[in-house]
Amino acid sequence: MRYKLGIDVGGTNTDGVILDSDMNVLTAFKHPTTDDIETGIAGAVEALLKKSGLDKSLIDHGMLGTTQCTNAIVTRKSLNDVGVIRIGAPAGTAIEPIYSMPDDLKAIIGQHIYQVRGGHEFNGELIAELDEAHLEDIARELKGKVNSIAISSIFSPVNKAHETRAKEIIEAVVGEDVAFSLSSEIGSISLLERENATVLNAAIIDVAKRTTEGFEKALKQHGVDCEVYFCQNDGTLMSKEYTLKYPILTVACGPTNSLRGASFLSSHDNAIIADIGGTTTDIGVLNNGFPRESSLSVELGGVQTNFRMPDIYSLALGGGTIITLEGENFKIGPDSVGYRLPEKAKVFGGDTLTVTDIAVAKGVLSLGDAEKVNDLDTELVDRIYDEIINMIEVAIERMKTSDKEVPVVLVGGGSTLIEGDIEGASEVINPENSGVANAIGSAISDISGEVEKIYNIDPARRSEILDEIKQFAIDEAVNAGADKDRTEIISFEDIPLAYLPGNATRIKVKAAGPLKED
Amino acid sequence: MKYLDKQDMDKLAIGAALLGTGGGGDPYVGKLMAQQSIDKYGPVQMITIDELATDATVATFAMVGAPTVLVEKIPNFESFDILYDEFVKYNGDKIDAVMPIEAGGVNSMIPIIFAAIKGVPLVDADGMGRAFPEMQMDTFNVNGIHNTPAVFADEKGNTAILNTSDGLWTEKIARSLTTVMGGSILNGVYLLSRQELHDYAIHHTVSTSIAIGETLMTSKQPIEDLQVLLGGTILFRGKIQDVARRTDGGFVKGTATLTGLDADKDATCKIEFQNENLVCLVDDVPRCTTPDLITVLDLETGMPITTEGLKFGARCVVFAQPADDKWKTEAGIRTVGPGYFGYDYDYIPLEKTVKG
Repeated sequence: MRYKLGIDVGGTNTDGVILDSDMNVLTAFKHPTTDDIETGIAGAVEALLKKSGLDKSLIDHGMLGTTQCTNAIVTRKSLNDVGVIRIGAPAGTAIEPIYSMPDDLKAIIGQHIYQVRGGHEFNGELIAELDEAHLEDIARELKGKVNSIAISSIFSPVNKAHETRAKEIIEAVVGEDVAFSLSSEIGSISLLERENATVLNAAIIDVAKRTTEGFEKALKQHGVDCEVYFCQNDGTLMSKEYTLKYPILTVACGPTNSLRGASFLSSHDNAIIADIGGTTTDIGVLNNGFPRESSLSVELGGVQTNFRMPDIYSLALGGGTIITLEGENFKIGPDSVGYRLPEKAKVFGGDTLTVTDIAVAKGVLSLGDAEKVNDLDTELVDRIYDEIINMIEVAIERMKTSDKEVPVVLVGGGSTLIEGDIEGASEVINPENSGVANAIGSAISDISGEVEKIYNIDPARRSEILDEIKQFAIDEAVNAGADKDRTEIISFEDIPLAYLPGNATRIKVKAAGPLKED
Repeated sequence: MKYLDKQDMDKLAIGAALLGTGGGGDPYVGKLMAQQSIDKYGPVQMITIDELATDATVATFAMVGAPTVLVEKIPNFESFDILYDEFVKYNGDKIDAVMPIEAGGVNSMIPIIFAAIKGVPLVDADGMGRAFPEMQMDTFNVNGIHNTPAVFADEKGNTAILNTSDGLWTEKIARSLTTVMGGSILNGVYLLSRQELHDYAIHHTVSTSIAIGETLMTSKQPIEDLQVLLGGTILFRGKIQDVARRTDGGFVKGTATLTGLDADKDATCKIEFQNENLVCLVDDVPRCTTPDLITVLDLETGMPITTEGLKFGARCVVFAQPADDKWKTEAGIRTVGPGYFGYDYDYIPLEKTVKG
């Protein structure tokens, strides 16, 4: 039997599991996330190995899902100094690159900003010829000053030629130690949001390097010599090399791991997952085992971006949410006592009425001292509890696309607060082991390969060409370490580009498969 | 008279989205351009029509084209200068102030950038009081003021001037001009006298937008406070049950179906939309049609929801406001009434459907 070790570092907890190749949980670990995340990861590895007593040479794969890149962006710490280049002048200059970013972030990553002539129209025609001489000047200026460069060109999702050419020109001057982030590889149409995402990606290159090396080191120190992989926010894994190029794809891998872990534990591939915590309930949708992507722009650390993110709705309702009584009426949240629930909640002898107290008074949950909530009027408790359920039902309904009933899986520390039916749910599942759903999500992940390109498709050979492109994606996944016999296409999009000559179609294919066993 | 600063742009963007009645293009890119122009050139003076000199003339500026192109290919300030110079070439250089032609959506912001760059005041009024998709759809054109000569400029230094036989031709030719010039371009249309503004413009729409934004940003009971601010009627409270979109004659047409909440429980509401919300029926009875304003607001925050943002499960309020009386003429209803958009309903003013 061979084994996998998976760790998920979240904002609140660090979870770890060791799974065998049949995906049985051998050992689980959960600990509050420490300020020094690297030491926390090393501690988790050590605890898992010790608890399992496993022969270390039997571990083939180590997976890490981590919030370190997100934290760096949110706290503005350890960010790279970035060279920010936008190609598209004379268009675009009425809003400077990263103009909409918060000032404290601009002060760190906005010291080298350039706008260069070039870019494309919506129909693929040139706005202007690429100003290669200007790019050479910029390269000489940036040499030795920055080690990460972000390049965004107008309409690069339609034609990315100017971005790739600009990279070639600059790389020839600054050398190969500098990291390049190209907007066409990170976001979609909407220049400002895509450019912001590209610059953020460039700003966390060093953090990604430290994170990946830290994980490798932690494993090696404890005698584990295995392949390492990192969780992306679409529920698949990336190699170390890929992670160093696209670290922003790790953002929000935590909620994704929670969704996938919940899916695995409940054996449901198509379901709505509600992760009920102390302060919020995070609701996501699984389609064929993978999280649905958000179609709107998303805010990250005060920055509007449009790179791929899971579609998560966060409701301000958790076990610690405060209930305010106003005579006959009441108000639920949005404030929460959060991690101070064990001292603040009435059932624990505190002075604050929380959602947990209501669940105890209602008799759904037995926790702490139920006597402490005896004085609450039963009819009032019923009304508050009904409203709590109603809030969750409304939030779940927001995430549905039709009124068809779907299974609802409850996970997280607060999942025991809910009893009975949920409107719109075909069934409500409360799986075992849901406390370490995130780490399980990281350990069960498949590895993926993606192809995104504009193709001119001859209608007569359409299906043949599409098959070829799908094979490219499968090959990518297999090259990254997926098992050839079990790799399949997990998503396929073809968008005809109406204004381009010929039969230009933008095709995006993703394949994924389980990691190959040695 | 007052000065508009960068914070006012945040408020105006929200108000303009509400007056956009579901369409008009996201004001976000316009807002950032206006803010950067204020950074560069200073705050913009805003005056009312009454504060204009008797012989004052006022120019209207906007953008035309696809909002999806605008979010990718952002303009430059040089093209604002170029367009202004072309406008002066054909209309003379006596421009005492600038004004939006469209208070809803992204075009609320464009004249502010002209005002900042050129150092001229902005007039607190517009030619729609809302958003409409075509160039002939404003209260000046329907009152017989012709919308050419109209000048156009892209960001590459190209300009064009159009002289047409009527407003519909301006729309048709400008549409293909826009495609050739890159999908999203600037335009300057009217040069209007104080008397024309007094008679035909919709007054105080910029300050109203800013007040809407301020209310939605600060209020604890946004929907109630909006009603106090704007008057208007809540037609329906409900949740979106279904959104159907179809292509019809090259346009996307859609229907959103809502089932009722609270007092509207057991009732059904249908909103017919194209770029904007155009018809609202409750239990199959028409309750509000264009040009009256139909806005879908988030039930909790009161924030406007665009037609693209209408999604199953959203809790919302359907809020209606009467259009300005300047739309309620035979020519006005022919130009922007439900019939023009292909709906087989007569225009019945909101005041009547609410009372009766």
